[in-house]
Amino acid sequence: MIINYNEKVTPVRIIVCIKQVPETKSVKMDEATGTVIREGVEAIINPLDLYAIELAIRLRDSYGGEVISISMGPPKAITALKEAIAMGVDTAILISDAGFAGSDTWATSHILAAAIRRITDYNLVICGERATDGDTGQVGPGLAAWLDLPVATYVSRISEINNRHCRLNRLVEDGYEQLTCQLPCVLTVVKEISQPRLPTLSGKLKAKAMQIPVWNNDTLQLDPAQVGLQGSPTRVVRVIKPKLTRSCRLVTAADETTAAQAAADMIAFLDQKQLL
Amino acid sequence: MEHCGVWILAQQQNGAVERISYELLSRGLELAHKRNSPLGAMLFGCQINPADLAELIERGADLVVVVDSPQLEHFLVESYALCMLEIIKEYHPEIIIAGATSLGRTLMPYVAIKAGAGLTADCTGLDIEPETGLLLQTRPAIGGNIMATIKTPRHRPQMATVRPRSTQPAAKVPGRVGRIINHPVPKLPAARMAREGFVPNEEGQSLADADIVVVVGRGIKKAENLPLIYRLAGQLNAAVGATRDVVDRGWLSYPHQVGLSGATISPRLYIGIGLSGSIQHIAGMQTAETIVAVNSDANAQIFKLADFGIVGDLFNVVPALAQLLQERGLHAPSR
Repeated sequence: MIINYNEKVTPVRIIVCIKQVPETKSVKMDEATGTVIREGVEAIINPLDLYAIELAIRLRDSYGGEVISISMGPPKAITALKEAIAMGVDTAILISDAGFAGSDTWATSHILAAAIRRITDYNLVICGERATDGDTGQVGPGLAAWLDLPVATYVSRISEINNRHCRLNRLVEDGYEQLTCQLPCVLTVVKEISQPRLPTLSGKLKAKAMQIPVWNNDTLQLDPAQVGLQGSPTRVVRVIKPKLTRSCRLVTAADETTAAQAAADMIAFLDQKQLL
Repeated sequence: MEHCGVWILAQQQNGAVERISYELLSRGLELAHKRNSPLGAMLFGCQINPADLAELIERGADLVVVVDSPQLEHFLVESYALCMLEIIKEYHPEIIIAGATSLGRTLMPYVAIKAGAGLTADCTGLDIEPETGLLLQTRPAIGGNIMATIKTPRHRPQMATVRPRSTQPAAKVPGRVGRIINHPVPKLPAARMAREGFVPNEEGQSLADADIVVVVGRGIKKAENLPLIYRLAGQLNAAVGATRDVVDRGWLSYPHQVGLSGATISPRLYIGIGLSGSIQHIAGMQTAETIVAVNSDANAQIFKLADFGIVGDLFNVVPALAQLLQERGLHAPSR
């Protein structure tokens, strides 16, 4: 819920960064480069990005303004952007170039920051807390560093926003911090922030008709040595499918009477490991 | 410029050094030994307990560099980053490791950009490659479907975050000698963020810090049955976690969620009750030391990952467990 305090609020311009990721169940890696093979695998919007999109749309609906979704990825990532449009985002930009492929989080945040600088005049940059494939959660804070903006991570609630600052809750290990943050700023959000809406029919029609611009490195003019695999400080050198090393000892408790024995067995097991 | 030295980013709360710092020293000692270099610890906060600083030395740091100021009382990324960048500039470390905590996962990527460094998040393994002396960083990816090993060939420092509770804290060596340096507080610009308040979690243990976690899944059938789980957790002094299903149904709040879009935990003992063990859930708990589970379905995925399992009705098994624990004197605290 967003509480509107008594300030005259100018419309908000929000940039939402989204990523298309492989459906977690089907995974293929290119062993040579250590990167994920994205062709032939079902692709979805990174689940946590849906929450970022939802937050952005709600803020725009409360204050007026514009939500722009951007994504760095291969050409097929355009379907993720169209899905964001179908949910209610106003415009979208795909950032794509063969030279960007294989970027680690350092290079990715570098590229996204360059795109954001081109967009100009925004109040907020919102990202999902992390992507389910890379799982690092590094791009959000990285963007803030590139853009020299404050950043709040693990945002679970925005309680106030005006053109100068926002008040938010940040989820940490032992509770919630209540923070104020000057705008413009970067936010990474967790699930608690909102319940993402489904795309609407009119949204889907709008998305279908929309021509989404593609910005490549001719547009962004970044040093090729600072993007893609070449521009990444970190390098994946080996990828393995982990072997399951645990062997499970299973006991059956078919009914109430055998349950007591099974429970005793479990406690004996835990005792053996000195866990109680 | 020659980069040398293994450093850890220690953490404190209300002036007390947190356990993750000692876990990091454990990792750091191994790396420093292999690199034949000193082990440093950097720490930012306000009125940090001097005995805790001494304990960092006792547990392995050769050098502790502290920046102590009221402006650093609570973590704010821009202020902490300035301190960290000053220390990097002065000491030019080769390696910096931090906890994959809410602080570490925010500060490290921010600093990595400003410092032009490579960072690998959430490592389960850290080692030194003998031929090159490079830091080998191993971590799960794609929801834990793969394990990736990563290197940072040229950029320095090599930075990595490590999962809390995936390492034993470094042992104390009484009488161990080291230096504590109070680093002058850098000129901090007017803060663009401020902490106005804090709301602690309801009851019980923080999920990330607990030695034992009892995680409940959809098998509990309704919120009204949760006291069964609370009692067991209470008897074991365990934190209570939940699968996404349970949180989505509103039976437990989001801070309890364990999994890909929730918390990642690495307790000594994980007890999964009435959950099947989806890939997304397993991603959040697979590094637990010991895993036990109760599920009525013998084919539940969680049993493939567990060390011990009971195939049975949790409404029979959990009370039976509670009864046995009660008999040995383990009682749930009254709420």
